[in-house]
Amino acid sequence: MSDRLNINKTYKLYIGGKFPRTESGRAYTIEDSKGNTLCHMSRASRKDFREAIVACQSAIKGWANRTAFNRSQILYRIAEMLEGRKAQFVDELISTGATKGSATKEVELSIDRLVYFAGWADKYTQVFGSVNPVATSHFNFSTPESMGLIAIMAPDEHPLLGLVSNLAPCIVGGNTCVILASEVNPFIAISFAEVLNSSDVPGGVVNILTGFKSELYKHFGTHMNVNAIICCADNKDQIINMQENAALNVKRFILRNKVNWMSDAGQDPYFIMDTQEIKTAWHPIGI
Amino acid sequence: MSKKEKVLDKKSKKAIEDIAMNGSINNSRKLNFDTSWQYAPAPESTDHFKLKKKYDLFINGKFVKPTDGKYYKTINPATTETLAEIAYGTDKDVDKAVKAARKAYNEVWSKLPRKEIAKYIYRIARLLQERSREFAVVETLNGGKPIRESRDIDIPLAAAHFFYNAGWADKLHYAFPGKSPQPLGVAGQVIPWNFPLLMAAWKIAPALATGNTVVIKPAETTPLTALLLAEVIQEAGLPDGVVNIVTGFGDTGAAIVNHPDVNKVAFTGSTKVGKIIQKALAGTEKKYTLELGGKAANIIFEDAPIDQAIEGVINGIFFNQGHVCCAGSRLLVQESVFKTVIKKLQDRIENLIVGDPMDKNTDIGAINSKMQLDKIKEYYEIGKSEGASSFQSSCNLPKKGFFFRPTLFWDVAQSHRVVQEEIFGPVLTIQTFRTVQEAIDKANNTAYGLSGGVWTDKGSKIFNVVNKIRAGVLWANTYNKFDPTSPFGGYKESGLGREGGLHGLTPYLKM
Amino acid sequence: MSKNGIYTPLDFKNVDFNVSIDEVGVGDRLARIKSRSIKKASKVEATLMAINMIDLTTLEGMDSPAKVRQLCSKAMRPHEEYENIPSTAAVCVYPNYVALAKKELKGSGVNVAAVSTAFPSGNAPMSIKIEDTKFAVDAGADEIDMVISRGKFLCGEYNFVFDEIAKIKEVCGKAHLKVILETGELETLDKVRLASDIAMEAGADFIKTSTGKIQPAATMPVTLVMLEAIREFYYRTGKMIGMKPAGGIKQHKDALKYLVMVKETLGEAWLNNKYFRFGASSLANELLMQLVKEYTGNYQAPEYFSID
Repeated sequence: MSDRLNINKTYKLYIGGKFPRTESGRAYTIEDSKGNTLCHMSRASRKDFREAIVACQSAIKGWANRTAFNRSQILYRIAEMLEGRKAQFVDELISTGATKGSATKEVELSIDRLVYFAGWADKYTQVFGSVNPVATSHFNFSTPESMGLIAIMAPDEHPLLGLVSNLAPCIVGGNTCVILASEVNPFIAISFAEVLNSSDVPGGVVNILTGFKSELYKHFGTHMNVNAIICCADNKDQIINMQENAALNVKRFILRNKVNWMSDAGQDPYFIMDTQEIKTAWHPIGI
Repeated sequence: MSKKEKVLDKKSKKAIEDIAMNGSINNSRKLNFDTSWQYAPAPESTDHFKLKKKYDLFINGKFVKPTDGKYYKTINPATTETLAEIAYGTDKDVDKAVKAARKAYNEVWSKLPRKEIAKYIYRIARLLQERSREFAVVETLNGGKPIRESRDIDIPLAAAHFFYNAGWADKLHYAFPGKSPQPLGVAGQVIPWNFPLLMAAWKIAPALATGNTVVIKPAETTPLTALLLAEVIQEAGLPDGVVNIVTGFGDTGAAIVNHPDVNKVAFTGSTKVGKIIQKALAGTEKKYTLELGGKAANIIFEDAPIDQAIEGVINGIFFNQGHVCCAGSRLLVQESVFKTVIKKLQDRIENLIVGDPMDKNTDIGAINSKMQLDKIKEYYEIGKSEGASSFQSSCNLPKKGFFFRPTLFWDVAQSHRVVQEEIFGPVLTIQTFRTVQEAIDKANNTAYGLSGGVWTDKGSKIFNVVNKIRAGVLWANTYNKFDPTSPFGGYKESGLGREGGLHGLTPYLKM
Repeated sequence: MSKNGIYTPLDFKNVDFNVSIDEVGVGDRLARIKSRSIKKASKVEATLMAINMIDLTTLEGMDSPAKVRQLCSKAMRPHEEYENIPSTAAVCVYPNYVALAKKELKGSGVNVAAVSTAFPSGNAPMSIKIEDTKFAVDAGADEIDMVISRGKFLCGEYNFVFDEIAKIKEVCGKAHLKVILETGELETLDKVRLASDIAMEAGADFIKTSTGKIQPAATMPVTLVMLEAIREFYYRTGKMIGMKPAGGIKQHKDALKYLVMVKETLGEAWLNNKYFRFGASSLANELLMQLVKEYTGNYQAPEYFSID
């Protein structure tokens, strides 16, 4: 024990590029593996979810209109910032019970994954788009285009890597997202929000909530502004409920609860395509 | 066609006059399209084939009677005469079909060399071409669409889909870099009545090419060409059970969607039913694609090639009686050319021939069913009661059968139901706009996102607008073009997944 | 619009230089037009109408008085046997045969049209073009088929083309002026539309596709664009301009497709030889063969029809 009294951090939500407390005024406690209080987290409410969606919606246009090169730069910038704060994240992961080895690996993989997807920004439309040789005198091409607003239920395990692996392919493709962080170790997501906030990511592109899946899952499915849900959670009833409600506005539902985020399977470029629409355009060829 | 009954009410008449008074186009100058020289009837002959009196289900390579022994009548919507009796398949029949498909998948289809699969699909394509005339005539008899369309579009395009997809069967590993795609198993497919054979081709061809087997249900009002396709499949020598065709009603379709041994569901139809299906599939492992409704904006800018835009608008809304999910049903016209556009549209509409679908000169055939006709009529009344000005073709309609005049509505706002809701008939609403941004905002102000059109001579404006409209298919200076190489499908409530092209293979594969 | 029966040209300022035409879109419209099936009574009626719209033409260096005489006789009575077959609209000859044709056709109602303005190239000084036209008019030509200076048009001297047409119109007096755009040299449909608009503003009574000396001559896309220009001009000014596709229309079926185009673009008022002409020579016999086939039920052979 040092003589100095520690300053404990208050973990808030991350909405629209700001760090507000939950409007509900509620908090919940995160304990370390020995049962000691690690920190208090904001317990996001339905209204916080709604606010996050509003912020997310208002960021769509600007983000989707960024050039691929610019999005690539920003993702790379996130990696740079994370690299600079590597020690902090390793410590935080260790505080959740991870070994130094696995904590280090998770942070390094997270950085590398950001770099990996940063590199895809100006390539996926080339790889997954097409020029279609139609049988009439028309030029016809299909290209991936951002789907819009994505609600992500991040995995509980690997609170940093699981978050990054879902967030990066989503935003690199021009989408904006609202993420419910790992319920078990949510504070790392908020630390990561600080990284995002200092990485030129426009406010509202990524919004991070902490709280209970059991409280918020219903709104994932029912909110009519959500274009797709990425679900890394396991609860079958919650999944079915979200899938059923997805039908309210034909949301796309992407289930990623069987992915081993520490493996190569966690950085699939087809993840980008999960939240892309294919747009096909026609134009006559004549004089 | 001869002298016409007048179908304009006073208000619309006045509105048409007002339009003419203000522009460079002067309405005192009228063109008379009710010419003394008229096209004589030119009916397509039907003597080269004979329909059966009764059609059974096609399960496991054979035509079999439905378990419950029930049949229903399918009619010609242009005459309301009965064409044949069709088996009404139940969940027991669907179960038989799925079992046959599963067996065929496990024992034959998944073990075939990929190039052999390709050759089977090529065979289907060729046989379709050989019997194209019969297919076209039956499509028109059963569905009401003009013979010109079934002959020139539906049937050739259906064959083209089989040709295109056939070639993919042994090349899939080139289509998905970094993956080794595998078939899913049994695909359950439910298709609509607006393009009966073409939709069957859109569904069956990629499913087979990706190595799946199929259970498909044609729409209840238009089963005949799918059953002819069953004959073709038999003749092509496809292994028993690879394709199964189960006719029936909504409950038959539901039985396919909900069958536990179906791995993939593909549905084309209304957004309402699509949502029911999506909900029903919650909690299952089934993959699904939905191709649903639309309310597409077709935008004419003042610098557009106007005369070609008019033709595009006509083709966009009156193709197939407007029974097209991607129909350009909302016309947005820049204010400066509104008067010209509406005048020219009226002229063009007066030249559209509405009537006997079997006549080679018919432009607009029969509405597919009484139910659909009633729905269109209801929307027409809604449009009138919402205060819209309207114009209808002065053509005479046949006494029998289900017909509706091509109709324009203007003086309508974004909030009007005729502007918001999918009518699925020959009814076009026309709104004006002043700026590019206003056009884009109006175009996107809908829960749908299937398609859109933009007409301008300025290339950079095309790309700008095409990028900003939230829809899956954008036609610039053209409309309602389709090709098997070109992916088709919607954003938002217009569905999910793509059909056609390389992207149309994805929904039938696991990576 | 007209003073003492003499047309006053409208203003060059009225020409809209911004009308764009999409070639593929024109093709889409034509696909529909071509799919019209013209059968039985409708076919006979159209064929008779088409014969009556022909400017029976001979424009060869080797033209002779005998040939022109025969042409005139063919024009007045296209078929020896069938009385109901109408005469053609006009014969179209070089200026030096106008007087002869006029004499041969006297009282028949068949007009004499003369090509003029240094046909077919138009590459001559204005004074010569005026003389050329005057000569034909003085010889009794009812109609003058002039060519525009395509060289000037293509290098953007639209004013020159406008003035040249206006001048010739003045010289024509009461003779109807057909302005040949020679669309085969204009390349794009936008240019065809612009040339049509200039010609109509400058006083053309008819606009005409081709001299017949350049390939392609009349085509359906070009004709449709010109018909649509005529429609727009009518809506704006109230003046009805005639249309003459010339050269290249050799088949009966094609002729009917042109009539479908007229019917569905301009309607009843244009479906007569006052406003629509075919510039053709061999088409007449082709139409007659089809007509006789309809009358007799037997397919016909060319040798049964006099070639002029």
